[in-house]
Order: sequence, then structure tokens, then C-alpha cells
Amino acid sequence: MFAAIRQATRAKASMPLRSRLAAPRVPAYRTIVTKRYTEEHEAVSFDDETGLGTVSITDHAQSSLGDVVYVELPVIGSEVTQGALIGAVESVKAASDIYAPVSGKVVEINERLNDQPGLLNKSPEDEGWLCKIELSAPGEMSDLLDLEAYKNSYS
Amino acid sequence: MSVPRVSTLRRLTGIAANSNRCSSTIRFRSFATTNEELRKTGLYDFHVQNGAKMVPFAGYSMPLSYGSVGQVASHNHVRTSAGLFDVGHMVQSNFRGATATAFLEWLTPSSLTTLSPYTSTLSVLLNEKGGIIDDTVITKHSDGAYYVVTNAGRRERDLSWFGAKLAEWNSSERASAGKVEHEVLEGWGLVALQGPEAASYLQSLTSYDLRGLTFGRSAFVPLEGGFNLHVARGGYTGEDGFEISIPPSQTLEVTQILSKAPVQLTGLGARDSLRLEAGMCLYGHDLDEDTSPIEAGLTWVIGKERRETGDFIGAEEVLRQLKEGPTRRRVGLIVEGPPAREGAQIYAPSQNEVIGAVTSGIPSPTLGKNIAMAYVQSGWHKKGTEVEVDVRNKLRKAVLTPMPFVKPKYWRG
Repeated sequence: MFAAIRQATRAKASMPLRSRLAAPRVPAYRTIVTKRYTEEHEAVSFDDETGLGTVSITDHAQSSLGDVVYVELPVIGSEVTQGALIGAVESVKAASDIYAPVSGKVVEINERLNDQPGLLNKSPEDEGWLCKIELSAPGEMSDLLDLEAYKNSYS
Repeated sequence: MSVPRVSTLRRLTGIAANSNRCSSTIRFRSFATTNEELRKTGLYDFHVQNGAKMVPFAGYSMPLSYGSVGQVASHNHVRTSAGLFDVGHMVQSNFRGATATAFLEWLTPSSLTTLSPYTSTLSVLLNEKGGIIDDTVITKHSDGAYYVVTNAGRRERDLSWFGAKLAEWNSSERASAGKVEHEVLEGWGLVALQGPEAASYLQSLTSYDLRGLTFGRSAFVPLEGGFNLHVARGGYTGEDGFEISIPPSQTLEVTQILSKAPVQLTGLGARDSLRLEAGMCLYGHDLDEDTSPIEAGLTWVIGKERRETGDFIGAEEVLRQLKEGPTRRRVGLIVEGPPAREGAQIYAPSQNEVIGAVTSGIPSPTLGKNIAMAYVQSGWHKKGTEVEVDVRNKLRKAVLTPMPFVKPKYWRG
């Protein structure tokens, strides 16, 4: 979403994150779910056991957009690259594009949103998830923002 | 859906972002280049104190919404109760002088000679080619005194047009009976009280019997607290309501009086969805200098005798279109699936032929359907006609639907 300042942010955010992730503190046999954000207000939760990233828009995004009336989702099976347009969220106020936060294959979409677009307002980062992507380059997660960096990006 | 399209995704998405003229916390592209100092209305501090989300609009910093009230809730409140809008960014002018009627009948195609005193009319300023420089509401006070409201976004263009045409007029023989003076009411407040409860609320503040002030009429109304204000019945929502002009020193106090429960402060977001449901044009989107009033469906603003005399700027082209018909027309659409926003291309069903484009579009909070204003080629403009609209490279069915989308509730006595 909101592409204007995407390039700048990625460059800014990638360095500190990469060094932080270089030394994992959790033992390798446990599932690690990593949640990262884009400055365009997408979030992705990556489960290293399944290799799947669950994509959503952030709570901040839904509150800025207001009442969501329509969600356009990607096609299951489509291959997407990081930053590619994969859908859109429509509110009364605006149409906002959704960009893939990570590269990979779309393996599942949240069909409930077709009938209940309001889930994006009620539970944007949980019940209102958009799609699941099988990551082709999990290293891309380190290009994204952690929660603190994301919050700093808009406040 | 496999028909090749000229428009690329990037272009379509760029258009989608540009149509977000009223949004902001999330930074939209349309505002990325706005570095100029924004103007403020006299109510700027009041808005901020009331939790407004301020956004750039037409060169002003204006309230998009207030506190946590969402656009739909705000919209619905105006449809069911009453809302107050700051429209002080708009340009308020007085034209005075013995030949003021003739001057304004030169600049517009309206019949002002026959307009009753203290009556308003929607009108258009036309360029030499019959294109709309701006849409405006003209209120006649007498043959020699008019109060005119024009758009903030057209401020510079309108004021220089008025200045040039006034100089031309005053130095010509046409002004021999008396020159015309133009005064801009700089810094004056203008608020719009709109909604089914607007009249009862305003009535509680005045001894003036508002039942006699029907739609399109105006009066100086004494308000509790010693104010005497120009009140015009009408607005930009399709609801019953009033537009109240206030001297600079009184703007804040009057606004405070006018914004108590059940009245809610209402921002630009709801203003846009309300006006679109009411089928009203937004200059710069639904109207521009390459669009004639005939194409825009505003033929009704052209006075009957003005069509005979043809003595207004732009008359030649306007009268030609009136006779031969325009090549394209403004229409209403109801679109299936996602809302079609400004810039969405319109196609003939199952054909690779672009027949028009959307100029404004939203999901209607009142109807629960996607509504849009568009221009289509003549021949495709009849109600019930089925067309297809390209939204993010997918064709969506749409049906031409008469405007207003929501039935107006004006007070006609």
C-alpha cells in the first residue's frame, strides 16, 4: 500500500534488522514466527516450520482507511515478487493497493473477506488476514521493519 | 476479461491514489508535492481543538474527519440528524453596481434579471469556448447587489477572471449606467448546517420563521447572541440545510453555537460521499474548462431567454451543443464489485472500445452500492444502459442510473 516512500524506507530499515537477525536467540528446533511490517502498512507473519507467510494490513492502516467495503485478493497459485501489486482494499474514503511484502507463491486466500470485508476493521492482523504466501526467499524478511521501526515510520 | 487494455496496472493504481483527494494520515501520492504554505480558515484552531484530522484541500488545511468518528458514521449522521461543515475556504464575493445584473449575465448563462431578490441559483462561469471555469452559487439581493460563492480550488483563476472581465466591462459602454464593484469577503466564515434536524436546530436559535425560507431562498436572520447573518437555504448534501455567512470576528462564536448536540462537526470525507449521492459535481473532477454545461448535465442552469439572446461569454459553443447535442454526457453509474474511482475507463459491453471514464466514485454509505459519476459518449447515456468499467484491469458490470442517487430532501414549504 501507499507506495510513494517505499524505496527510501527499505534502504533505511534493512541494515539494523539484518544484523539483529544474524544471531537467533531461540533454539532451532522450535517454530519461530516472525512478524514484520512494511512502510506501506502490510504485515507478514512468517512461520519457519511451514515456510508460509500470512499477509495482512496493519491495525493502523485499517483505522486510517475507515470502513472497508471491498477487498481484492490475489489468485491462488500466482507467483509474486516482493513489492508486486497483489490486491487492493477499498474503503469509502479510498482505494489502497496491497503489495506483496515478500516473494513467493500464493497458496491460500481469506475467502471470508469476500462476504465480510469488515473483518479488516474488526481484526486486521488476525481474522482479517489477506493471503498466505509460500516464501521463495525467506531472507527478504530481514528487509522489512520490526514493530518498533514500523511504528516510527508513521508517527 | 481477457481483452487487452491500454492502461497499465501502474497507471491504474496511480489514478486510484490520486483520487484520494481527501485522505491523509497515510501519505498519499497526491499530496506528496504540496510544499506551499496552506491557508487556514478562521476555524482552524477550533477544528484542531475538536480532534480534527487536518488535510490539505484546495490550498487550505481542512478537517477530513473529527476524533474517532468514521466517514460512514459521519455521513449517516448528516442523513439522519444534522452535521456542520466549515466551508470557509470557499470564496465569498459581493458584486455591486447599477449594471451588476448585466455584468453577471455576461459572465454566466443564468437568467438573473428575472431572479427574485434573496433567491439563489446554481450557475457556471464560462470561458470563451463554453468550458466551465467554475461552478458557483449566485444569490441576488437586488438588481444592483449580488452575493457569489465560488470554489476555493479555483480561487486564483476566478479572481483574475473577475478582475479582467470587470475592467473590460467598466471601461466599456455597457457600464455607462454605472460601474460594477467586486469585493471579496476575505476572512469571512461560511458554515453549512445540513440534515433533517438542521431546521429545528437553527429555529431554536432564532425568532425568524424558517418555514418561509424555502430551498434556494436566503435572508438575513437574527441569531441568539445578537448576530444577524446571511442564511441561504440549500447545500451540498441533498439534505435540507443552510449555508451561513459570518463576519470574521463572529465566526468562532457562531460556529460554537451551531455545533452543539445533536449537530456533529463533519469533515471533507463525508462531504464528498454526501455530495456524490446527491449527484452534485466537484470541480476539478466532474467539471473542468474543457467541459460545457451541456455535457455536464447543467443545461438547466441556462436561462430560457438566454438561449435566445446568446449574449453571454461562451454562448456560441454552448448554443451549438444545445442545438446539435453534445458528444459526451455526464451520467451516473452503479458498479458491481469494487467501487470504480476517478479515472476508471468505461467500455461498451464485450467490446474493446473505450466509451468514457469515471470522474468520481465511491461506495455509497446510504445505498450500500458503488456509485459513480462519469462521462460517456452520447448514445451510451440513457438510463438502464449496461456498460463495463475497468477496475484494476478487471472489467466490472455497471448500469447507467439517474442522479441523484439518493432522493433530495429540500424544504420547499
